[in-house]
Amino acid sequence: MKKVLALLVALALCLSCTAVFADGVAKENIKIGFIFLHDENSTYDLNFLNAAKEACEKLGVAYVLKTNIPEGQECYETAAELIEDEGCNIIFADSFGHESFMIQAAKEYPEVQFCHATGTRAHTEGLANYHNAFASIYEGRFLAGVAAGMKLNEMIEKGEFTAEEAKMGYVGAYPYAEVKSGYTSFFLGARYICPTVTMEVTFTNSWYDEALEKEGATKLINDGCKLISQHADSMGAPTACEVAGVPDVSYNGSTVAACPNTFIISSRINWEPYFEYMVNCVMNGEAIAADWTGTIATGSVELSELNEQAAAAGTAEKIAEVKAALEDGSLKVYDINTFTVNGAKLESYLADVDDMGDYVPETEVVTDGYFHESEYRSAPYFDVDIDGITMLGA
Amino acid sequence: MTKNKREPLIHITKRVNIPIWFPLVVHAAALLLALLACAVLTLVMTGENPLSLLNSIINGSFGSSRKIWVMLQNTAMLLCVSLAVTPAFRMRFWNIGAEGQTLIACLASAACMILLRDVLPNWAIIVCMAAASMLAGAVWGLIPAVFKAKWGTNETLFTLMMNYIATQLVAFFCVVWESPKGSGQIGIINQRTELGWLPVIGGQRYLLNVIVVGLICVAMHFYLRYSKHGFEISVVGESVKTAHYVGIKVEKVIIRTMLLSGAVCGIAGFLLVGSTNHTLTTTLVNGRGFTAVMVSWLAKFSPFWMIMISMLLVVLERGAGEISTKFGLNQSYSDMLTGIILFFIIGSEFFIMYRVHFRKPGDKEGKLNV
Repeated sequence: MKKVLALLVALALCLSCTAVFADGVAKENIKIGFIFLHDENSTYDLNFLNAAKEACEKLGVAYVLKTNIPEGQECYETAAELIEDEGCNIIFADSFGHESFMIQAAKEYPEVQFCHATGTRAHTEGLANYHNAFASIYEGRFLAGVAAGMKLNEMIEKGEFTAEEAKMGYVGAYPYAEVKSGYTSFFLGARYICPTVTMEVTFTNSWYDEALEKEGATKLINDGCKLISQHADSMGAPTACEVAGVPDVSYNGSTVAACPNTFIISSRINWEPYFEYMVNCVMNGEAIAADWTGTIATGSVELSELNEQAAAAGTAEKIAEVKAALEDGSLKVYDINTFTVNGAKLESYLADVDDMGDYVPETEVVTDGYFHESEYRSAPYFDVDIDGITMLGA
Repeated sequence: MTKNKREPLIHITKRVNIPIWFPLVVHAAALLLALLACAVLTLVMTGENPLSLLNSIINGSFGSSRKIWVMLQNTAMLLCVSLAVTPAFRMRFWNIGAEGQTLIACLASAACMILLRDVLPNWAIIVCMAAASMLAGAVWGLIPAVFKAKWGTNETLFTLMMNYIATQLVAFFCVVWESPKGSGQIGIINQRTELGWLPVIGGQRYLLNVIVVGLICVAMHFYLRYSKHGFEISVVGESVKTAHYVGIKVEKVIIRTMLLSGAVCGIAGFLLVGSTNHTLTTTLVNGRGFTAVMVSWLAKFSPFWMIMISMLLVVLERGAGEISTKFGLNQSYSDMLTGIILFFIIGSEFFIMYRVHFRKPGDKEGKLNV
């Protein structure tokens, strides 16, 4: 009995010790500084802004929002200012190009946590206070692709064009992994439903250029594309579709208000779960993961409401069915049996996961019959050009 | 005669013998009026207390020692480009290509940092960066100058077009040196080795820039005011015919002055890449080349007045940014405030040059009151 009691006391002591010594930060003392590349006029930044406000208000923590911070020394300056003048102890930046300036600040302020969306260097930089985050958005895009495939099938059935003419257009920002992974998964989702579909991609070489995105979408439509999707952050492509009456699968959130007749559905990353996660880690004194990948299960990958006016009948049911298959693992987005590269199956692929600036790929990412996206680091590294997709101007 | 002559309600005459303090008073009054207009606008549109607005503007630049340093750094860079355009302006050569001259120098600096990092020791890289930047800026100034001097092309259009060429070249090299592939981003150059980074002196990251630009400012003052070159520039600016008459080779003066303008822009580009940003983007110069035109003009081409004007513009810009963060307003709002303030200051130039006369009551037919 005594032994048991002693053991219990010891256990209780240990527990209370951990409670005391885990150096968490009290909720009242947490303040998050958010750095955004653009402001609410960009669908990409708006998605982050809304999630930031939602998470902070839900958790009851203080926050500061800094918008229109360029990808240069201003990012470092803003981070330093948020820490020294505003007393922030978590800094979050939303744009890929902010990364090296976040790292510079993270080295200088080791007691502050730096979280960066879409970055690639946290796992190689070896800083305890610098972290990357992304989500398995390729799954969301695959589901959005399913909605696109349904729409194409409906249009073919109606006799608007033949199955061979089923061609989609995609307005991308930069020709690198994040965008390539996105449009490939969208394409594979559409082809899962409509096997004859092909796709043309055009790049704007800017994350936000309304005129160029509009021009790109119009060019694709004139080129015979029957459905448009995009990965660039303005309203350029959706509005071009609305004007031309061509269905559009959007990104970053619903654009139904501006495009009631052509908007079908949109996939987006919901950043609210990550913001909650990072605050909880700091409150509990736990380490934030160097790479955090949100999934459908964490609530990070979301689809907007379907616009029944533009979507094909039965789309919602089909999406639910495919989503269930993705969740139980019976369906893989980058299943190597569903695509070819230069006519051959992709049996093996080395990706540049350790992004050291040397462009040297080192990690085998094709095993068990599929391409393992966002598993070895959170940011996408699928940069394969698959058959069926044509890049314009490349 | 006087019977039929109706005096207008308002008439305008040119001022003669403007006292030295007069522009200062008018500018100050314009600034106060501009702040008042901003306060009224803010009050009407957001319901915020105008005094807290003013407080935010001051806080944006002077709220902490960090903010003061950032403000000084921005002032120094704007001043440097303003000093660069000034000799050409005094010569009535309208160089609006400072943006491109600075950007091409940024490209030259970045190229040295990237291409020479495995070849040369740090000090040699920095020397090459300085030389390459000044050369690149000078060449970008030289091209329009030669065309102007030899064939009388329009320098305003020419220098403007050169800006776009510089931007496109930088965009091209951003893709050549991008990391990771396809991203169009260079990121911080030599972040681990810090090769080609200018030294931090006195523990203050931006002190070096402030000192260098301070020295350029003093040198420019003496060059323009006391050197033979400075005198020749003034003569060419006053009248090309006079210059010919007294035996000044106008072509030579134009080319030499634009080389100088471009080289000083080159120093600005060198500092922007080597000391401040350590990266290369198409927007690195951030419109300073155009703002500099205004700084130089408002300061009546006087280097020391340019310190005040560029600081004022930087404080206003940072203050406007502070307002948009503090009151949750969009960046467009701070652009509006900056626009209002500039409108008042530039508009006040009119009242410095001209005098407005109002008709005296009951004096409809009186003599003109000049």
